[in-house]
Amino acid sequence: MIAFRAVAAMGERVRGRALVAKDGFSARYDLDRVKGVFSRPEHRLAGQSYVDRILVLDAAKGGVATAWMLHEMTTRGVMPAALVLNRVNPIMVQGAAFAAFTMISGFAVDITALVPNGALVEVDPSDPPCLRILATP
Amino acid sequence: MHLTDEESAMLAGEAGPARQWAIEHQMRVGRYFGAADFVGVSQAHVMADTESLGLAGVEWLERLSALPESERRVRIPTITDPRGTDFAAAARLKQQDWMLALERRAIAAFEALGVLMTDTCINYQTIMPPVLGEHLAYGDTGVVIYANSVLGARTNFEGGPSALAAGLTGRTPRYGFHLPKTRRATLLLRVEHTPRELHDWGALGGIVGRIAGDYWQVPALLGIDRIPTSDELKHFGSALASFGSVALFHMVGVTPEAEHAVDPSHAVTATIAEPDLRAFQASYRNCIDTVDVVVFSSPQLSLLELRDLAAMLDGRRATIPLLVVTSPQVKPDADRFGITSRIEAAGGLVLSGMCFYQSYAREMAEANGWQTLVTSSAKLVNILGGYGYRPALLSMQECVDAACSGRIA
Repeated sequence: MIAFRAVAAMGERVRGRALVAKDGFSARYDLDRVKGVFSRPEHRLAGQSYVDRILVLDAAKGGVATAWMLHEMTTRGVMPAALVLNRVNPIMVQGAAFAAFTMISGFAVDITALVPNGALVEVDPSDPPCLRILATP
Repeated sequence: MHLTDEESAMLAGEAGPARQWAIEHQMRVGRYFGAADFVGVSQAHVMADTESLGLAGVEWLERLSALPESERRVRIPTITDPRGTDFAAAARLKQQDWMLALERRAIAAFEALGVLMTDTCINYQTIMPPVLGEHLAYGDTGVVIYANSVLGARTNFEGGPSALAAGLTGRTPRYGFHLPKTRRATLLLRVEHTPRELHDWGALGGIVGRIAGDYWQVPALLGIDRIPTSDELKHFGSALASFGSVALFHMVGVTPEAEHAVDPSHAVTATIAEPDLRAFQASYRNCIDTVDVVVFSSPQLSLLELRDLAAMLDGRRATIPLLVVTSPQVKPDADRFGITSRIEAAGGLVLSGMCFYQSYAREMAEANGWQTLVTSSAKLVNILGGYGYRPALLSMQECVDAACSGRIA
């Protein structure tokens, strides 16, 4: 098992399959929230379902709408299991706080380069927060 | 976080459940960013279109609005970003009844909370422009970056729930751009061609945004050879915030904090010249031949933008839908000065209080058969790809020509 410590996290401990890309995340810009897929054609995960996946991405992008949208997605159950980001902006943190959503960020390494796509991972927001790779595909 | 007696009382529920939720929410965010305490804010600006809120968000607002008046009313001036519709034009946009019903419920809830339904993303041009050093809780990235950079105010991106929380508590966690150390330039860029048209300013903002690529980067620009107008900085800032998630820039010789926040001995990270702007614009334009709809929006147009557009449309006739979006504060003046009637005589539709991408853009595309779209807003082309559009970034004149011919020249 490999573990990576992070600077900050919130939410519950969750396990799931990782969906990984060196790209950003914005609920407004990147997602078709009805179908539960990445919809921006330029996104490296375009066309792929994010539902119940632990998204491992580079940085929070885009505008302020994600703060409401994470909550809206959560109530419909068409949502990722958690967000793992190298860097966050306030919107992503505010959205996760409002939706009681699990998120972790701030690694000493580029986390998108070290987590294999499809790996079984665990996000542990307890102190100190960390991301564990439990099994690789 | 250090709490004052008043903040501790809110946390204990002594000011009611709305303020208790608000300060708990703000503390979760503040702890994530290591905030030591709160800072008082004088205004809040809430982004809350119903496409973002969804039914769940509206029901959440309605629960707050059902509280006793003394417990639910905001404590500081709290205003709103654009709504998801212009009720007067919803049928022409083929928006559905359920969207309008949800909007009406959201408006009723906000009004019960004491929020002023200004419905604008250009409040810095129309409502109450902030002043140097003023701490705020602003939503809408374009509003934040203009307030921070052009006016020297202090605000982070505040999403709808957090901006509303600030309205209820009158404060926000002190982190990010409320702190002087975070406001210093982190990368230096040289501009060899000062843009002339609004879509060029947007392209420059998009390029700088891609270079910066991070909320915590503060780009500083050297080489701008004249003082830009408010509309030019509006388009530059909104594109920079959209492409880069950037909340603050400095422009040497232009913005108020550049003199102290920029170290000119820093190495220049990149140089941006006119061919870079043209390549940026061409990267979108290459995708389109025929055009389904022309949109002027994002940010809402100022009175002067509307005046310029009306002049370009005089004596001409749009053959495809031409949508022109402005704020409820500007629209009455445009009506009074005959600007609205000139635009509409040419076949345009002037919309008030909405913003195109915040107004069920995907559903409008499906209902109207819109796929290809042209606009002078770099922010809009960045957003709409995810909504299924193929957008192109053109000058205002080129957009007018496209509206009249249905094609890109």
